[in-house]
Amino acid sequence: MKEFLFVFRNDYQAVHKGSPDEMQAETKQWMDWIGGIAAQNKLVDRGNRLSSEGNTIKPGNVITDGPFMEIKEAIGGYTLIRAESLEDATEIAKGCPIYQFGGSVEVRAINPL
Amino acid sequence: MEQSEQLIPHLFRSEYRKLTAVLTKIFGLEHIEIAEDISSDTFLLASETWGIKGLPENPVAWLYTVAKNKAKDYLKRNTLFEQKIMPQIQNSTSEIQELEIDLSEQNITDCQLQMMFAICHPSISSEAQISLSLRVLCGFGIDEIATAFLTNKEVINKRLFRAKEKLREEQVKIEFPNPSAIEDRLEVVLRTLYLLFNEGYYSSGKDITLRKDVCLEAMRLTNLLLENKSTNKPAVNALISLMCFHASRFEARVNVNGETILYQDQNENLWNAELILQGQYFLNHASVGNKLSKYHLEAGIAYWHTLKQDTEEKWESILQLYNKLLQLEYSPMAALNRTYALSKANGKNDAIIAAEKLNLSNNHLYHALLGNLYTGIDNAIARSHFQTALKLTKSKADKTVIARSISNLDAL
Repeated sequence: MKEFLFVFRNDYQAVHKGSPDEMQAETKQWMDWIGGIAAQNKLVDRGNRLSSEGNTIKPGNVITDGPFMEIKEAIGGYTLIRAESLEDATEIAKGCPIYQFGGSVEVRAINPL
Repeated sequence: MEQSEQLIPHLFRSEYRKLTAVLTKIFGLEHIEIAEDISSDTFLLASETWGIKGLPENPVAWLYTVAKNKAKDYLKRNTLFEQKIMPQIQNSTSEIQELEIDLSEQNITDCQLQMMFAICHPSISSEAQISLSLRVLCGFGIDEIATAFLTNKEVINKRLFRAKEKLREEQVKIEFPNPSAIEDRLEVVLRTLYLLFNEGYYSSGKDITLRKDVCLEAMRLTNLLLENKSTNKPAVNALISLMCFHASRFEARVNVNGETILYQDQNENLWNAELILQGQYFLNHASVGNKLSKYHLEAGIAYWHTLKQDTEEKWESILQLYNKLLQLEYSPMAALNRTYALSKANGKNDAIIAAEKLNLSNNHLYHALLGNLYTGIDNAIARSHFQTALKLTKSKADKTVIARSISNLDAL
């Protein structure tokens, strides 16, 4: 088993804010998806959501601040899983509910230091 | 004569462990065998004497007096006392005759609690912790422990011997852990009590009375933790709540022939309403602080199971609790139960897809689950799963349940 990072991206400004019922349904989809990964004993760390606050530091002490959420394709969160292969990890990522809302999942193999 | 024959096993169960805990506290955990011997000798003398002379007026006081005298005699006789034990006894200048052996209720409870922490020491395996707990904290006989673990006496004796050796090597003391360490140590104690309860609740042993006794003992020990301020934590309340909810189904989950009755087939009139209420009470008390333990989640799941009626809310709540439980700690049993909840909340088709990813094909319950999920969708596949389940299981109770599912398929 190898570990993989899922990076969730979306255009968080453009995402339609649904009714409470719709939001709840969306939360359920996420919970069921993560729960399904955990039930396969493939969840390493469910990770976190990222807030829109942040800074980017570049050479020459150049600091640019957020809000990152205004960028299309902003990173909104991450999750760490384990899988047999990149194919297996990709298969798992296909179950993520993010695509219905126009988002994407980047699957990256982790090379332990 | 008859009176004492009935009373002694009863007293043995309730008093042996108290004597052993208090005496071990005095002698030190490394000399626990001496404490056990003195307690056993006390009961031996009781059965001899009471059989001839009849019951004393206060049998418990009789036992305590005899045990105290035996302990003092032992200390007087044995050179070990001066060489090894004496330096450990505080106020070692005092005469043996004046040695205080405090068998007050308060001291007994304190000693038992401290003993619980000593036995549930991270240096020994949980299996050893459970066996030692049954022996020392619950006063179970070696043969009873062997029956509970579906093994023989030699295995248990060896296990107990090695565990005691290890505790000696680690120089574990009978004492409360430091306040800074109590959370971590309590976690191990809770884990052992949880496993102890499960040993009784889920074991395939045939002796139902014994299994129930194991559960009740686990509950008694958990209650000891609740009675003490420093150990009355939310997770302890959650654990006892979980145990109450499960225990409420004792009478409903086995039929007169000792066969398992599945949850959905149980007569809910046999569920113990008082235990359910107690479970709710403790679950409320567990709902403070910001730490969500697996006992909280499992108590929540068990709570929903006390509501017999299937509602959308019930199964959706159970599913989400399992989703969280699995994120906290994976176990094949939780994975299978989560998939069952998924079938109830999201439908069988979703559950079949999820089940087939579980990679538990060596587990008979996995095939039993798939058999259930495929029933009514593809009965041929269902049958083949049930048959695999039947081949894989060794438990007679499970075989009966699976065979019943196959005959239900035949009737369709």
